[in-house]
Amino acid sequence: MRELKLMKGNEAIAEAAIRCGVDGYFGYPITPQSEVMETLMDQAPWKTTGMVVLQAESEIASINMVYGGAGCGKRVMTSSSSPGISLMQEGITYLAGSELPCVVVNVVRGGPGLGTIQPAQSDYFQSVKGGGHGDYKLITLAPASVQEMADFVELAFDLAFKYRNPALILSDGVIGQMMEKVELGEYKPRWTNEYIEENYPWATMGKKNRERNIITSVQLEPSVQEAFNHKLQKKYRECEENEVRYEEYMCEDAEYLFVAYGSSARICQKSVEIARSKGIKVGLLRPITLWPFPTKQIAHYADKVKGMLSVEMSAGQMVEDVRLSVCGKVPVEHYGRFGGAIHSPGEVVEALENKLLKV
Amino acid sequence: MSEINSIISPENIVYQKTPLLTDATMHYCPGCSHGTVHKLLAEVLEDLGLQETAIGVAPVGCSVLLYNYIDIDWQEAAHGRAPAVATGIKRLLPDKVVFSYQGDGDLAAIGTAETIHACNRGENIVIIFINNGIYGMTGGQMAPTTLPGMKAATCPQGRDVSHDGMPIKISDLLAQLPGTCYVTRQAVHTPANVRKTKKALRKAFENQMANKGTSLIEVVATCNSGWKMSPVQSNQWMEENMFPMYPLGDLKDE
Repeated sequence: MRELKLMKGNEAIAEAAIRCGVDGYFGYPITPQSEVMETLMDQAPWKTTGMVVLQAESEIASINMVYGGAGCGKRVMTSSSSPGISLMQEGITYLAGSELPCVVVNVVRGGPGLGTIQPAQSDYFQSVKGGGHGDYKLITLAPASVQEMADFVELAFDLAFKYRNPALILSDGVIGQMMEKVELGEYKPRWTNEYIEENYPWATMGKKNRERNIITSVQLEPSVQEAFNHKLQKKYRECEENEVRYEEYMCEDAEYLFVAYGSSARICQKSVEIARSKGIKVGLLRPITLWPFPTKQIAHYADKVKGMLSVEMSAGQMVEDVRLSVCGKVPVEHYGRFGGAIHSPGEVVEALENKLLKV
Repeated sequence: MSEINSIISPENIVYQKTPLLTDATMHYCPGCSHGTVHKLLAEVLEDLGLQETAIGVAPVGCSVLLYNYIDIDWQEAAHGRAPAVATGIKRLLPDKVVFSYQGDGDLAAIGTAETIHACNRGENIVIIFINNGIYGMTGGQMAPTTLPGMKAATCPQGRDVSHDGMPIKISDLLAQLPGTCYVTRQAVHTPANVRKTKKALRKAFENQMANKGTSLIEVVATCNSGWKMSPVQSNQWMEENMFPMYPLGDLKDE
């Protein structure tokens, strides 16, 4: 029987990191995610698993500390919230450009600018369309429960190391702050240096009995840089082929479809029930990976439903990918409160009626 | 010729290139100080037997390709972030020997925060700081360490301190921090100075092996291309102009 605990989403991230054998965490305080580092500091895993936890002088420093640790083949992570994640974009594109695996957690708050400390989902574009400079992608997981906050830490590391690419857990202030029952994983030992050297021979661990390892993203020769970009793109296509994850709720007989991730997906579960009690057959498709996006599955529903509503706490970001998926076959509308406001299940149903049913 | 070959034997060798220095042709301009410091660094790593344990962090700037020249493991950092990258490496691999190599723009402008906080935490690393008072790689723009009145591409009339402030003497500042154990300023323009710099580098790595905290070696250096002088003129100009602002010697040795 796995251990059950009542925890905040942010606490679950920290607890899961210790339990799945993460080697290092580097962070900087920002609301609404400070409990991640607070929990780690309180647990003091350096005394038990040997995990390093360090408060950096800025998010710029923490993501570059992550770079250093990741370059050694260690499982290292950071967490922040929107303005801090903006500061990390330089480091994230260097990590992607140097093909380094790591995990970044964004507990999103409303923007732009300093914005608000209340929840939002307005960092979708930044997460899945680039954020930093250059052609790169982040493997982006969107937890919709405190349980998934815990479970996705190890999943994100597995995917990051499988593809040698940074992975992002795109959460929000709702999931980070709310408390739910969580089933925690067993304690797993951290990787030994020998294990890393054997399985990840690119890691800088000191040049011993091999050629020197160089972690870098600079290729001044255009032909070399172009070839490297082709290699990255090939990796991204493989990831798109193999790693799409999503969940469907009452979609079998659906005439309309909500597409929503994270806390909006939780809200939409209730909206499905309300709508169905009014006789509107609606289902919910919840992308779990925002990149790679469940394009094919959404396209599949384009032939079955009369319309789709992309429900997100933003002015309309994911809706663009939903529209691209359906190629104009069905109307796709956006609904969402934003800037720190959260839509109610009833408001979502009302939006469905106004935007898709009454036309 | 056969006479020469007869004297080339192991017992007669008094000096040879350290095997840690690769055979790659350095991209530096003739007269640049980087090559000399690279050689000293490679020699010190060899002398201390650190080839298998050293992990270097290369900067953005002229020495961005440093990892091509010294045969150890390397990570290339973003501009100014080398001390944070080195912190990540050293914290995760405390038994390895970790150092960063940075220019003045990297260490004292864009990376000031990372530099100060790594030193303040007393990260057990070595920081090698090349100060030539100019941005070499991007074509000779004003650096945080450009001297008052000194001409550069972004201050063609000379650095106006009423507009740009005085040059930052960052090593003096870092020596004030309790986390640093050794802060020294050296040069490599004469054989005597080359020997002193090598000694300073050796001490810095020995400090790390003794877990003493951050050691910082500033090397006041020439950039004859950026300064638009011959190598010989550059050395003389450095002595006359750079040294009064950046006097050589130890700022801290604990």
